[in-house]
Amino acid sequence: MALMETMEFSSPSDSARAALIRGDALNKSFNGVPALDRVDIAIREGAITAIMGGSGSGKTTLLRLLSGLEPPTSGHVWFEGEDLAHIKRKRLYDLRAKMGMVFQYSALLNSLDVYENVAFTLREHTRLDETTIRTIVTMKLEQVGLRGFERLMPSELSGGMAKRVAFARALAMDPKVVFFDEPTSGLDPISAGVVTTLIHDLTRKTHMTSIVVTHDVQAGLAIADHVVLLWQGKIIAEGSAESIRQSSDERVRQFIEGRPDGPIPFSRSQTPYLADLLGPTAKAV
Amino acid sequence: MVNFLGSLGRWFFGVLHKLGDAAILGASALALFFAKPWQGRHFILQMHAVGVGSLVIIAITGAFTGMVLSLEGYYTLSKLGSESALGAGVALTIIRELGPVLGALMMTGRAGSSITAEIGIMRVTEQLDALEMMAVNPKARIILPRIVATTLSLPLLVFIFCMVGMFFGYLIGVELLGVNSGAFISGMESMIDTRDVRICSEKSLVFGLLIGVVCTFLGQRAAPTTEGVARATTQAVVIASVGILVLDYVMNSFYL
Repeated sequence: MALMETMEFSSPSDSARAALIRGDALNKSFNGVPALDRVDIAIREGAITAIMGGSGSGKTTLLRLLSGLEPPTSGHVWFEGEDLAHIKRKRLYDLRAKMGMVFQYSALLNSLDVYENVAFTLREHTRLDETTIRTIVTMKLEQVGLRGFERLMPSELSGGMAKRVAFARALAMDPKVVFFDEPTSGLDPISAGVVTTLIHDLTRKTHMTSIVVTHDVQAGLAIADHVVLLWQGKIIAEGSAESIRQSSDERVRQFIEGRPDGPIPFSRSQTPYLADLLGPTAKAV
Repeated sequence: MVNFLGSLGRWFFGVLHKLGDAAILGASALALFFAKPWQGRHFILQMHAVGVGSLVIIAITGAFTGMVLSLEGYYTLSKLGSESALGAGVALTIIRELGPVLGALMMTGRAGSSITAEIGIMRVTEQLDALEMMAVNPKARIILPRIVATTLSLPLLVFIFCMVGMFFGYLIGVELLGVNSGAFISGMESMIDTRDVRICSEKSLVFGLLIGVVCTFLGQRAAPTTEGVARATTQAVVIASVGILVLDYVMNSFYL
């Protein structure tokens, strides 16, 4: 709670200076169905922020809003003093040079090999010569432990390797902030551990800011400096990993302990079970 | 009855809405033609994929179209004693009608479907979002080069279609059926003028643009599932093919 209080700002311009990214009163709905409901969030520079929650809680939607990939239905996303939801595409692209993103399914360009995927942004946005590009690509692949795999195509990579290549691609331009969408989903425990450790180590070494959306509670709590817990499109808790672990809030406890019973319902059925079982005969009964 | 009319109205306005969206996508992509960074390399790469990839199927279709036209034309004209008009009939039919239409239908099946599937898969696998995050406009990098490629490649492919069709029509008419070679060629020369070639070129350009816009639009709008991509690909072939036939009629009604 104390942490939340320290992140309150008097105006959008103040907030933009105090946090690297800040979402103010973010609402997002799809075809009238709300996915986020007046979410306020501040992402501290140089820290790892884990956004956690169950399936359908709005984690990925929040990440897409913070990265400017989607505009909010209402509200503002401030990055370096500019509202991502209301700037021109050219300016947004200028700011994106400072961002990287690792998608849930890696999203490697499947017509390009590993080397070209990592070199992609360097070729697009710089005029570096080939020798320099090769040096940078080699360094980035070394950082994720995949040097020597440059000529493999995305279809030849395992899930864990594809995630690491995506990580190397996100790091190519030395971004200020990297967004991770479910970085460990679909990976075996060892690969998940490798990716989690990479996020932690590279964030510390490069002083970048990481925003990690995950439903992997243990991984999220292990690496995050700040944890945001979402449920039904609202933030129900936030603070340090330790404060989340110690939380007495029943919803938080249920989530981190993975209990099916509690205030967060396991079943999302809208109608009574008996009525559905009996079907059209229910009225007669 | 009211429900039926209501459904019909909703369907009609739904179709209009999608046509408008497709037109907006095409126009906004073409507006980026000269935008920096210029995508010239990608125009050429896509023209290679679309044009060279469709070359064989276009040539084969052209050859058999010319052969069938010659056979059928000879059968009909010989009843009237006008076999000498065979060359004119084959050339006129291929250049004004069958070249652009069949060429466009072949390109739709060969290249259009692959464009829709490719863009649909890029959408499903978040590659379009990844491009956005890497500050590369997918409309300029992915959509525009494909529209440019289909629009510029189709006239060239139709030219090849016409040449091959007329050549094989000549072979069947003159070498197999015994029509006089001079009559066949002079018939072609006397009946074909620059207006016919212009009509052929204009139709090819319009059909190529239609294929590019329809196929990229449906790929970009594909539901993010494997079934969604499959459905979008089928829709692209059906809608582009029907659109080509409808536009052909509309354009002919202006030309005649």
